[in-house]
Amino acid sequence: MVNTYEETEVAVEKKFVKKEHDINADIEWAKINKDILRSLERPRAIFWVIFVASFALFMVGVSCEVYQYQTGLGVANLDNPHVWGLYVATFIWWIGMGHSGTLLSALLHIMHADWRKPIYRYSEAMTTFTLLTAAMFVLVHLGRIWQFYYVVAYPNERWTWPNFQSPLVWDATAIGTYLTSSLIFLYIGMIPDLAICRDNAIGFRKKIYLFLSLGWMGTDRQWANFRVTYLTLACFLMPLAVSVHSIVSTDFAASQQPGYHITSFPPYFVAGAIYSGLAVIITLFIVLRYTFRFEEYMTIPILEKLAKLTFAAAMVWTYLNLIEYASTWYGNDMYAKQALIYRATGNFAPFWWMMNFLGSVLPFALAFKKVRTNIPVMLVLSILLNFGMWLERWMIISPTLAHGIYPWTWDHDQWPSFVQWGIVAGSFGWFNMLFMLYCKIFPSISMYEVKEMLYERRSFKTKKVAEEVSNPELAVEGGLAS
Amino acid sequence: MSKSHVMALFSDFDQASAAIRDLKSANLEGFKLDDVTLKSPIEHPEIEELLGKRPVYVRIFTFFGALFVPLLGFLFVASSQATFLLQPKGGKAVIPLPPNFVLTYEFFILGGVYMTALGFFICAKLPMKRNKLYNAHVSADQIGILIKAEDAIMPAIKDLFTKHKPLEIMWGEN
Repeated sequence: MVNTYEETEVAVEKKFVKKEHDINADIEWAKINKDILRSLERPRAIFWVIFVASFALFMVGVSCEVYQYQTGLGVANLDNPHVWGLYVATFIWWIGMGHSGTLLSALLHIMHADWRKPIYRYSEAMTTFTLLTAAMFVLVHLGRIWQFYYVVAYPNERWTWPNFQSPLVWDATAIGTYLTSSLIFLYIGMIPDLAICRDNAIGFRKKIYLFLSLGWMGTDRQWANFRVTYLTLACFLMPLAVSVHSIVSTDFAASQQPGYHITSFPPYFVAGAIYSGLAVIITLFIVLRYTFRFEEYMTIPILEKLAKLTFAAAMVWTYLNLIEYASTWYGNDMYAKQALIYRATGNFAPFWWMMNFLGSVLPFALAFKKVRTNIPVMLVLSILLNFGMWLERWMIISPTLAHGIYPWTWDHDQWPSFVQWGIVAGSFGWFNMLFMLYCKIFPSISMYEVKEMLYERRSFKTKKVAEEVSNPELAVEGGLAS
Repeated sequence: MSKSHVMALFSDFDQASAAIRDLKSANLEGFKLDDVTLKSPIEHPEIEELLGKRPVYVRIFTFFGALFVPLLGFLFVASSQATFLLQPKGGKAVIPLPPNFVLTYEFFILGGVYMTALGFFICAKLPMKRNKLYNAHVSADQIGILIKAEDAIMPAIKDLFTKHKPLEIMWGEN
């Protein structure tokens, strides 16, 4: 049977190149540059709405922090035993969010999942900014912010006795490592794109990109070094991300507080971190897709893959959550059991049940393709999932402190004051402001990686078609061209 | 013998690799593959089949960073703790190993990442001044082949390039 080249090409595409539908493989490379560079100049008007609203929220946070700084932590309604409140709950939530940025950029890079390429850059940037936001809470909740260096592992010549056995010191070290490493990973991965910006920009922007691109010229020697460096950094970042949230969990698990002293906390925290991070990536995906007109690159099939990944993470988190309840319920620690009962029936019960519903039941909606491919529904769903994950952090912190070993803690119910809420709201403003600024100044989609993705797919297709055309028997046997 | 540079721009990688293949088989006197540089908008590892494997030394930096920074980090923490001898420890270890392992692990990652980044900048020769023979299309969708060669064989190289229908040929000081 004689087949035309075109027929074979169509058959090969049907059989082997399903992945191509993630993104249109025929986009011209020059168009990729043009589309993505356009996002640095003319975003939709919604960009400025988001930016101004974020700035206003940030100023609310700054005002509350100034008031708290001048008056003392009492205005935040923090007292003994409620020493942490929303500050530490939100700190954990922000720290956790960054993990999915690393998962998308590093783990999926190592595993050669190329659908990540149009979306990993903004996820990586998200990691950096969530860490900056989280670090802010370390200072805020101290009250005496000028003494923050007590938590840093530094030499003892000033006789401040830093406690190296404290998970708080490990925490500061881990977060410092994660923040700087993420920043390096983000920057190095961006150098080829900065060179594209340099080659196309004019005025003061050209000077900025000229400086930041370091004279990159895309030579084969530079690419060879780049490939090894990027892979090596990805290999370091994966265990780092896991270690950071495991260490954050030891802030609780290493204590004797009933409700905190739980063996499964490290994997539980890591799973929760990845889950909430993926939900934020979906939210940002939808916002960026509309704001910067990225419809051709941030496609529905990619959104669907993200949704599936989120569903998987939600199920892992749910399992670990149930394990935590079961081990406490069937364990021999009556104080921990009482703390669990208090969460489900005490003053915080509505939030605890809402957390379980949003975190474990609502994700089942992601099992349906109609939901996964509906952008407005996914936007609402991703925000609700994240709200559930924020509640989870709050439900770990506050109800537990309200039901400790000593009975005097039991009548100390605490509700966060407007100062705490204001600073939490300010952190959202701070993150959004930084993130939107980043997307306006730097390409939020990796241009060279999208080109690589298209090049690899085209090469694969060409190779397969050539194989089929040169081997007609195989084509007939495989039913490809018949 | 003085040397100069020539750069040809091609619309795709296949054309560029065909030109390099012809250059290789032409056996021009004094021509070395080490003097050929491919400039491209994406990485083309397959070019190593033609130009030979380019040495990458980044991993050496990584190795030393991941080995020595955690050692230094451990010593840094342990020496700080050693001054705690003046503080009553109630029978606990002055230099406790399990918590120090956590910190050492973070130093291991820190050292690995920092030294890898440093190695990359050194090995990729960044920051560098951009060459004169650079075309902005190389960062968009075209492939450039830059060759440093003796003036005597330069006309032959240009002829070879011309056979492969380049979009542009530039020459002069780099």
